[in-house]
This record gives sequence, C-alpha cells and structure tokens, in this order.
Amino acid sequence: MPEPSASERSASEPGTATSGASIELENLTKRYPGSADPAVESVNMEIKAGELVVFVGPSGCGKSTTLKMINRLIEPTGGRIRIGGEDVTDIDPVKLRRKVGYAIQSSGLFPHMTVAQNIALVPKMIGWSKSRIRNRVEEMLDLVGLDAGEFQGRYPRQLSGGQQQRVGVARALAADPPVLLMDEPFGAVDPITRDHLQDELIRLQHELHKTIVFVTHDFDEAIKLGDRIAVLRERSHIAQFDTPEAILTNPADDFVSGFVGAGAALKRLNLTRVRDVEITDYPTVTVDDPLQNIFDKLRDSGTNEILLLDKRGRPYKWLRRGDMMRAKGSLARAGTLVSDTVTRDATLRDALEAVLTDNAGRVAVTGRRGEYTGVVDMETLMNSVHELLEADRLEAMEAQHELEEARALQTHAEQEGVGGEEKA
Amino acid sequence: MTTTPEVEEEETEAAVPPTPPKRRITWQKLTFLPAALVAVLLATWLWFNQAHLDAISKNALSNGQVSKALWRHVQLTVISTFFVLIIAIPLGILLTRAAFRKAAPVAMTFANMGQATPAIGLLALLVIWLGTGEKAALIGIIIYAVLPVLSNTIAGLKANDPTLLEAARGIGMSPLGVLAKVELPLAVPLILAGVRTALVLNVGTATLATFGGGGGLGVLITTGITTQRMPVLVLGSILTVSLALLVDWLASLAELLLRPRGLEAGS
Repeated sequence: MPEPSASERSASEPGTATSGASIELENLTKRYPGSADPAVESVNMEIKAGELVVFVGPSGCGKSTTLKMINRLIEPTGGRIRIGGEDVTDIDPVKLRRKVGYAIQSSGLFPHMTVAQNIALVPKMIGWSKSRIRNRVEEMLDLVGLDAGEFQGRYPRQLSGGQQQRVGVARALAADPPVLLMDEPFGAVDPITRDHLQDELIRLQHELHKTIVFVTHDFDEAIKLGDRIAVLRERSHIAQFDTPEAILTNPADDFVSGFVGAGAALKRLNLTRVRDVEITDYPTVTVDDPLQNIFDKLRDSGTNEILLLDKRGRPYKWLRRGDMMRAKGSLARAGTLVSDTVTRDATLRDALEAVLTDNAGRVAVTGRRGEYTGVVDMETLMNSVHELLEADRLEAMEAQHELEEARALQTHAEQEGVGGEEKA
Repeated sequence: MTTTPEVEEEETEAAVPPTPPKRRITWQKLTFLPAALVAVLLATWLWFNQAHLDAISKNALSNGQVSKALWRHVQLTVISTFFVLIIAIPLGILLTRAAFRKAAPVAMTFANMGQATPAIGLLALLVIWLGTGEKAALIGIIIYAVLPVLSNTIAGLKANDPTLLEAARGIGMSPLGVLAKVELPLAVPLILAGVRTALVLNVGTATLATFGGGGGLGVLITTGITTQRMPVLVLGSILTVSLALLVDWLASLAELLLRPRGLEAGS
C-alpha cells in the first residue's frame, strides 16, 4: 500500500480512542471430539496493529471457527493466541471478550432491549458511570451515522436491516476495544445497503485504526475492505495471505485463482484511485473569455478540442474546431455538454467506465466542489494499469520469495526441534 | 413526518416510523370478563334469594362457610402455584444447561407421569402415605401442575436463537448474565403461558383437596352431591368456575404486562 500503515498514522495522531493491537495466532488448532480431521489445523498468522484483515474462503473452510477462536467463543484445542503481545489463550474468556469487539451477521441485537440498552451493555459490564455510558451511546450512534435522539429509544425490530447492522457495529465498538471481530456482518443485508455499510466501515476504520478481523465468503467484499486478505481453504489452511493487489495479480495457486474468479485485472481497477494516476492537463477556456481568445487558444493548443469551463470553473462543454466554425459569434449552441466527470477519489474502474462511454475517450477530473483539475484519457489509463499490474507482479513475486524462505526456515526449525526432543 | 433528512436514502426508505408505545391492554379486554363474571354472580345471588333452602342446605352454607371455603380455595391455589413456580422454573433452567441437558428427557418423563396419573388417584395415594390434611392436598396439586410450567420453561429457553446467545457470550457476558439478561427475558412469554395453564389447573385440582381433607370449594360440591342439595352444589360449582375464569383473566393481563417490550414491536 502506498499509504503509511495505520499504526503509524494513529501513533502520530493524538486521539482519545484506543487504536488497534496486534494479533498473533500460533499453531492454532481446533479438533472436535469424534472427528478424524481437525476443523482448523495449525493456523499461523500475524496481524499488525491497526490492520483490517479479511478471512475469505468457501463455506465450511473453518474461517468462522478460526475467528471465534480469537475471542475463544470456540476454545482452541491447541496453539496460542496473543493480542497486543499478551498471551490470552488461558485468561478468563469473559474478560477477554470484553476487550474484543464482536459483530455478527444480522446484527445479533437483543430484541427486548432498546438500541441504547444494547449499545450500553459492554460499558455497563466493565463498570462505566451512567453519565459516561449515556454520552458514549450518543457518540457511538453518531459514529455509525444514526441520529441518537431518534434511534436510541427504539427497539431493534423497529429498525431496517442496515440500521440494525450499524447498531451492531456501534455495540461492538462501545467499550472502545482495540480489536474488532466481524463474522460476515453484512451477509444478510441487500446489496445496496451492503455497499453503504462497507463504505461506512472503511470510513470508521480511517478514524479509529482498530485491528479488525473480518470474515466473509464474498471475495469482492474482501478486496474492497481488506488491507490484507487471507484466502483460506479447508481446515483453515492459509492458501495465500497478502494484499488484495498481490492476490489479484499473482494468485498463489489454482485454488486462489479459482476463488479470485474471472476479471482479476478489472477488479484490480477498483483498488486504485484516479489521484494515483497521471492526470494530464488540457487546454481550457472559460465562458467569460471573448470568442477570439477561445479561437486563438484552440489554434495554439494543437489539440482538436478545448474544454469550456463555466463561471465557477466546472467543466461545461467540449468545443471542437468544427463547432467553433459553426458557432458564429455565440457559444450558446456550440459544442457537446460534459456528461460525465470523475473525482480524484473515484476508482479507476469508474474512470474507465466514463472514458468508455465518452465518444472521444477521455473524462474530466474534478475537485471537491466540482472544479476542473485535469483530464484522464484512455491512453493514460491503459499505461497506468499496465504499470500497476507489472509493479504488483514484481511485488508479489518478492513476497512469495520471502514467504518461501520463511517457510523453509520454519520447516528447518521444526525439524531441528524434533531432533532436539528425540535427543532429550 | 418521520423521514429524516440527515440519514441517507437507504435509511429513509426502510425506516419504520417510530410507533407510539402500543397500548397493550384494550378496554374491551379489561372489562368484558369481569362484567360477565359480575353478571353470573349477580344472577346466582338473585336465584338464591328466592330459592327455598332447607335446614341441611342452610347448615352447609351458613356461618360464613362459603367465604371460608372460597378463601381456602384461593389459598390452596396460590400456595401450590408458588411451589410449582419455584420447583419447575429453576428445574427447567437447570435442564437446559449444557451439563444437565441429558437429564431433560428423564425429568420430562416424570413430569408427564405426574400429569398423566389421575389427580384423584394421586391424591388418594398421597393421603395413604401422608395422612389426611393440607400437606397431602398441596403436594398432589403441585405434582399435577409442574408439567406445563416445566415443559414451557424448557421450550422457551430452547427456542432462543442460538446465534443471539453466542452474540451475548461474544460481547463478554458471563453465563449467568446471558441467562438473566437474555435467555430468561426472551423466554418470558412462553414461561408465562405455562404459568397461566398451571394456575387454571390448580384452581380445578384444588376442588379435589376436599378428599384429602384440604378444604376449599370442593367441600361445597361434595356436600351438595352427597346430601343431594342442588343449591349447595350449584353454588360450589359456580364459584369454582368463576374463580378459574378470574384467575385466567388475571394471568392473561400479567402475560401482557410482563412480556418484554420490543418483542412485539414492529412485527
């Protein structure tokens, strides 16, 4: 990722909220009595503080089980769990869970408690004062985008699915835990609401820098949310644990590429923003310019077209040479209206969409208030995508190499260890 | 009037208007049964006033014997129900805990036997064992009424959504906290339905207490039958029926009032 890691950012920001803690899983195993194969076999994973890691895999692969072992809703039969460096494998599970936020599918709100009572549960259990809890409830509702005055007295059944899910997240975050576990939290809401909730989660994470472990079977959701993605196969074996970019461009094996599905290059476009690619300058004129100036500029520019901006600097019309000939003194009818623009925050996929629908193969990029900042055209897009994919590939290969080395070291160490025991 | 401009379209489209707190008890519900009961009792009283009562009937009904029997009957019902609750509900809770879940079928078999045995036979056996008196009568009534409360408690606790209970544990509730704050409140409607059944059963079974020497309205009924005095029999029966209906009505009100808010809202 080009941005500094979340932990660095949070460290530089003075804030009241607790930011994330690291999670380490070491040989984590779950074996159910009476079944030959373990449900989860020897998972090793290091999750950095402030990172959002997504477990993704087919149903029944043990991703949920692995998640529930982190807060010991399912007791592991082997291995260690460390949160923030502290070994939590043997501490009181109730105490552990009060420090780890937990949000599940279809919200898990208690129907006989109001929204406020639901959110207040964990703060109450850890003994916050009443006034502090009241403020916190309002703060949390505000954080997830619900109006506290309107919603806190309602019962969960009086809320829509999306609202319930927001309250579920608010409840999970109420006691300000450093770690948040989310088990397919958006699995039961409609696609549009899910999209909203995902955007909200990204925004929340930008503010809070928690360590989030997120389970889903939807690979697109994983790409959208994850700083890193762990693709899991049966018995929770990690098929690949890497950034979304690396997984898309360099899937470790057939299983992963099968899971990534078709159109990996297209999906890759979702991960890059317009601001990350080269935005070219384009000759512009404003509606206030005298006609003669516009003529001159168009002639000098060497391009076939010129972009006309309105009074507030927003893209208004594309003017061609031919249009100018026919304009005859007035611009009112000349040129084609700018139908589509993208912001610098739009994904390359959005930009490509806009470019493809525009008949001249370019789209104007606008700033926050819609003012013109540049143009992206087909050529730039193609070049950037090629560069991106190439860079991803190189990076992934390097990572692969490192991983193999690490694995070799580990196997070596294990063999040594076995040898040592035999000697003893 | 309820659309909120500050939330996005996703919310407004699906937002349920905040319903004003529903009035759970309609005035019809509140007045119909008491009115009917008053009418029945009034009719009985009028009939009694003009009825010819001979010495035996008078003897059976005088000296406040009726109110005494009625009061005794209420006592029997209340005491037995109290014991049914403190036996059946904790037992039901215990039998749904992981450690004792295996014992549930056995306990249910016993509870079933308690109810399958004819109440009068059970009472006779208890009298043989414990001698006549209040104790035998009470125990008989209790054994008879444990089943509905026990089975409803178990059913209510088992009907709770397991993912909800997992969520409760997941956010850090202790096992006791999960039981007290989530499981029991959610099971309240079913448990109360069981209690209501038990109460009505107890009013009925308490009439049999007279055979064990426990008193109650059963005394009037048996006296009426053995002495062949219609007014005595009718009075005993009408009072029993009225009491049962009244108790059922009170229990239905309690059901409505004690059901946790939010369970019916919006659905």
